[in-house]
Amino acid sequence: MMKLDYKIEGGDFTNAGHASSEVKKVLKKLNVDPKITRRVVVSLYEAEVNVVAHAYRGEIFVEISTNKIIIKLVDEGPGIHNVDQAMEEGYSTASEEVRQMGFGAGMGLANINKNTDELNIYSEVNKGTTVEMITYLDKN
Amino acid sequence: MTKSFFYHALKINEETCIGCSHCMNACPTEAIRVWNGKAIIDDDQCVDCGECERVCPVNAIYVEDDSFDDIFNFKYRIALFPSVFIGQFPEDVKASQVYSVMRHIGFTHVYEVERAVEILNSSIIKYQANSDIELPIISSFCPAIIRLIQVKYPSLVDNVLKLSTPSDIAAMFYKQKLIDEGISEDEIGIFYITPCAAKIAAVRSPVGEEKSIVDGVINLNNLHNRVYSEIKKGNVDNSIIPEPTELYDFELMWSFTRGEASRVKGRTLAIDGMKNVMEFLEMVENEEVSGIDYLECRACKEGCAGGILNNENRFLIVERLQKRVERNNQKKGKVVLSGIEKYSEYLVNNMQLGEVVPRSMMMLDSDMETAMQKMKEAQKIEVRLPGIDCGACGAPSCRALSEDIVKGNATQSHCVFVQKVLMSRGEINMETAFAIIDKIWGDKIVKGSKK
Ligand SMILES: Nc1ncnc2c1ncn2[C@@H]1O[C@H](COP(=O)(O)OP(=O)(O)OP(=O)(O)O)[C@@H](O)[C@H]1O
Ligand code: SF4
Ligand SMILES: [Mg+2]
Repeated sequence: MMKLDYKIEGGDFTNAGHASSEVKKVLKKLNVDPKITRRVVVSLYEAEVNVVAHAYRGEIFVEISTNKIIIKLVDEGPGIHNVDQAMEEGYSTASEEVRQMGFGAGMGLANINKNTDELNIYSEVNKGTTVEMITYLDKN
Repeated sequence: MTKSFFYHALKINEETCIGCSHCMNACPTEAIRVWNGKAIIDDDQCVDCGECERVCPVNAIYVEDDSFDDIFNFKYRIALFPSVFIGQFPEDVKASQVYSVMRHIGFTHVYEVERAVEILNSSIIKYQANSDIELPIISSFCPAIIRLIQVKYPSLVDNVLKLSTPSDIAAMFYKQKLIDEGISEDEIGIFYITPCAAKIAAVRSPVGEEKSIVDGVINLNNLHNRVYSEIKKGNVDNSIIPEPTELYDFELMWSFTRGEASRVKGRTLAIDGMKNVMEFLEMVENEEVSGIDYLECRACKEGCAGGILNNENRFLIVERLQKRVERNNQKKGKVVLSGIEKYSEYLVNNMQLGEVVPRSMMMLDSDMETAMQKMKEAQKIEVRLPGIDCGACGAPSCRALSEDIVKGNATQSHCVFVQKVLMSRGEINMETAFAIIDKIWGDKIVKGSKK
């Protein structure tokens, strides 16, 4: 098993995508199927941007084993009032500033849901959000 | 060692190589190491982009092409050249003179690759209408880019356009045309005049097809020198000057940056230069960019005008072809037809490419458990290395050395800083340290007598 962890700062769009690029490099070196790697990286990127766009700061914990990859993003931030609603395509509370950066279409969580085998979101309003994404490696 | 299945055309001349490591630092896929005072290219990682050749101070990197005399193995000898070839000649040399000399030196037929562009262009537009393709479509034009995707961006293999290149389509056309004129297939030899190493690799180990339709590849640089000296000698025989059939403007400009992107549907981007392409494919792979329909990627800046086998400056080549376009526009109406339209059904049916298979070469081991073990070891080693990527160990970066070590291709003592520590601890002596350095840089460099 292998563990990696990364820190994210809210509002730091320049470095959004750093963790997903690093994780991608690692998965390529571990000979993980390119299609699976891509799904993992795409979900991580969306989740990373969500912390940058909507929260204050956060940390990413990646656990890679031969049968699955578990990625947990834990942030301090406003939290999500209604997770089911947030999951809907097109729902977004992104600020004008965030929209100007080209984000805020409300597609992120839906996209993550599509690309992961398991998605768990725990959120507490005014405290923070934890997004857990699991991808299995031994199926298909 | 087993023989590498993937052919690559860039080779190092061991006689001239001084092991200076410029190429090692320029290689975008980190395929080069310096060992025994010589650069070594890893066959599996090299994508034939030619960046190493551009920086070599002693011209020790060459392109392995076919000998010109190979054309005489065939009764019908077809030269198939890209439009950049004509762009090498000064302005007072006419295309018809080039055609004439090409025949004079031995070709029986002289054709331009770009003839096939129009039919490819319309096929691409049809392909784009297909709803179940991965977007963005990545052009299949540049073989160095296809190899780069296979090796470094394997998750994007399905994005590659599954249609042949203009040179292959043109080869199919001319071959079939001659066969229809009653010539037997084994008497026809098609020789592609190449501006780069990547096209040679594409012929010798094709991707997405069983065997290349091209019989040989000739170095554009050498052929240009030969043709130009004949023209200067006045060896132009007016009686054999065929009227060159004219190409459409967009056909002539296809191999240059934006040439292709400007002719396909939707939101398109044209990216040239290895570094730029890699930066962009990285983003495409992460889906950091979306909504792009078509990506034209070329390994060389300015597209094929920047190919390493061109003699002329890339910007001047583009300028000359632009002038040719202007001249064509002035003499509209005098176009000699090539007859390619009659073959369009045949060509459309035969230009489909098969699967592009990923061949990821970044893995530390094919077994994931072992790869993880090796990665942990490599990380442990890497944090002990100075991190300044000095290259003195013969590897392009500290990280590359740490991976070489866990793959069993190097040892920690290759690092000059580690050596110093080992020496101060009395674990190795000066002689051993020198012996290691000699092994990497060769005794010539170390003793200060490079040449
Ligand atoms: N980490 C988070 N902290 C607080 N709120 C969040 C977080 N992640 C998502 N949200 C909320 O859920 C909404 C939907 O998220 P989603 O990622 O689907 O869309 P978006 O980020 O608004 O836009 P897009 O991802 O398309 O750029 C967000 O607008 C935000 O209100
Ligand atoms: S851009 Fe053209 S010349 Fe350069 S490597 Fe690609 S095909 Fe060859
Ligand atoms: Mg989002």
